[in-house]
Amino acid sequence: MLQADYTTSQLDVLEAEAIHIMREVAAEFERPCLLFSGGKDSIVMLRIAQKAFWPAPIPFPLMHVDTGHNFSEVIDFRDRRVAELGARLVVASVQDSIDAGRVVEETGRRASRNRLQTTTLLDAIEEHEFDAVFGGARRDEEKARAKERVFSFRDDFGQWDPKNQRPELWNLYNAKIRKGEHIRVFPLSNWTELDIWDYIRREEIEIPSIYYAHKRAVFERDGMLLADEDVVNRGDDEPVFEAVVRYRTVGDMTCTGAVQSAAATVEEIIAEIAATRITERGATRADDRTSEAAMEDRKREGYF
Amino acid sequence: MDILRFATAGSVDDGKSTLIGRLLFDSKAIFEDQLEAVERTSRDRGTEYTDLSLLTDGLRAEREQGITIDVAYRYFATPKRKFIIADTPGHIQYTRNMVTGASTADLAIILIDARKGVLEQSRRHAFLTTLLRVPHLVLAVNKMDLVDYSEERFNEIHEEFTAFASKLNAPDLTFIPISALNGDNVVTRSENMSWYDGTSLLHHLENVHIASDRNLVDVRFPVQYVIRPQRATDHAFHDYRGYAGQVAGGVLKPGDEVVHLPSGLSTKIASIDTFDGPVAEAYPPMSVTLRLEDDIDISRGDMICRPNNQPAAAQELEAMICWMADGVKLAPRSKLMIKHTTRTARALVRDLHYRLDVNTLHRDESAQSLGLNEIGRVSLRITQPLFVDDYARNRLTGGFILVDEATNGTVGAGMIVEARG
Repeated sequence: MLQADYTTSQLDVLEAEAIHIMREVAAEFERPCLLFSGGKDSIVMLRIAQKAFWPAPIPFPLMHVDTGHNFSEVIDFRDRRVAELGARLVVASVQDSIDAGRVVEETGRRASRNRLQTTTLLDAIEEHEFDAVFGGARRDEEKARAKERVFSFRDDFGQWDPKNQRPELWNLYNAKIRKGEHIRVFPLSNWTELDIWDYIRREEIEIPSIYYAHKRAVFERDGMLLADEDVVNRGDDEPVFEAVVRYRTVGDMTCTGAVQSAAATVEEIIAEIAATRITERGATRADDRTSEAAMEDRKREGYF
Repeated sequence: MDILRFATAGSVDDGKSTLIGRLLFDSKAIFEDQLEAVERTSRDRGTEYTDLSLLTDGLRAEREQGITIDVAYRYFATPKRKFIIADTPGHIQYTRNMVTGASTADLAIILIDARKGVLEQSRRHAFLTTLLRVPHLVLAVNKMDLVDYSEERFNEIHEEFTAFASKLNAPDLTFIPISALNGDNVVTRSENMSWYDGTSLLHHLENVHIASDRNLVDVRFPVQYVIRPQRATDHAFHDYRGYAGQVAGGVLKPGDEVVHLPSGLSTKIASIDTFDGPVAEAYPPMSVTLRLEDDIDISRGDMICRPNNQPAAAQELEAMICWMADGVKLAPRSKLMIKHTTRTARALVRDLHYRLDVNTLHRDESAQSLGLNEIGRVSLRITQPLFVDDYARNRLTGGFILVDEATNGTVGAGMIVEARG
């Protein structure tokens, strides 16, 4: 008779689900792409894509929305990883959107290109006629995301309508759209931050160095440690100091905070996360702090 | 560590949010910044207690109206298991959300207020849970503190619900008296109910046996995607032809004789491949790639199974449908797209046999149509054969969705009760 070893570990279940989602997209859409920022979630997503189509190459291009304010370590990592895979990378540049007059650069101390990315992203989706766009967002990240579908429909303005989402049952995903519309696909919906790290450990996946503890010149704002870099507008009342920090999330330098940490290995990071009492976005993302519904509002406009 | 997916049904009044809040809080899945945000919002609104429903009611409209609109997914883990909660609203106008949440659930918790007993909505939740074949059901009799932890009251509810459940063909049924507010029997056994000799709710969630809920008997491999690495740099893969998919039933092994549908041709499994190397066997829910010994023309939507155990190749289906569309109704002559496993076809509604009252289970055979959140039994004719099993036998090869051809919306969920070629 059947033995108890037909049980499946949580990472195997999540991986199998994500592979299934990726193959559905490859089978049902004409022009998918995968958003790859060099952050840990998109790195895991890329590994899943490799697994889903092996031994064939990944059958769609990668896209990075580059604010021009990214950490150089992450951009280097991105380019190296793309070269290793022989993948095609589309870089959609926020600077180009500014130069073309599509968006206006914010000014002042809190100026950030985070929100401008939405226009750049939607323009690139339209230009390349992408009909499915893989994102690495997880439902445990934020409460608006907790309600988003795996196949998340966007109208021809790229907008998300949270009150009019398609029901999603079993492992059946509705891929039907009209021209000009697209689907955002989130294969890691059911993963938690800890699952991502457990998977990085298990698969021995390389990640950018800024996830590990390092010395950095930082200053404090709203209880967050921001990097002292040219693109971050620091006030005279915000003194710089050196600290041993690491990043829990990787985003724009202007709105992504570091946490003080000595964790230098994946094992140490996992131990730290298991003990932490603050969510990753709460600890490190200024963009979610503006209001109770900040993420929902940005997502409605077409944000990641 | 494995995963247990469970759905919760009930309203705020039943203490559902309090229960989920407690499970998350006690397992440290609620973080300080989330709790602070909830406390701040509760205070701003003049609520006297910390309203934990604000943790799951993530949308602006939900917070403004103080209701849960949609399915919210929440995550927590104990050293024994990872849990995915599909938190669904309990009101009748959200039946489709509960059906959605239940479709993937291993277990459902139905909350009952000990003072109010088995209500119409408890019966509805139990019915939907069994309709969707959630294998394990927990009746959490909540607010036991408000009935003086009365064994007699608990037994009354136990008896009343058991009598009702016997009509439903209910699966594994467990009754647990709790107080979500005080934590009685939630994480640890309560000292207030020494008469209760069962386990705490969390202990039950951690230990309920789910591995055998999957169908490991009937081999079902819906072909999802054909892998042909034509521009592979490695010459070893030049002639590679693999059939990728997620196992929907049974255990597959290299060397097994298999049949391809619709062709009916037999071959053997040459290898079960993954990125991490070939595997000795594949079973649900693994995503793998099969290579076969013979060259057969196989494409997405086809099915691989065993010669002596095949699904029905059906163009006529009898199914229970939950209708999920606002506005447009399901009626005889409706034409829809149907997606079943990896195959998409068109379906014609031939007949609506009855509409089911989800509160009383009364069958209205005079019904002319199904509206939003209504459930009924229909006959469908499909443009091409689907390879199906009864939903009761396999949720993955017995379930399907219906898509509106005009709007592309997902408008119905179906569960096959009978299939004919």
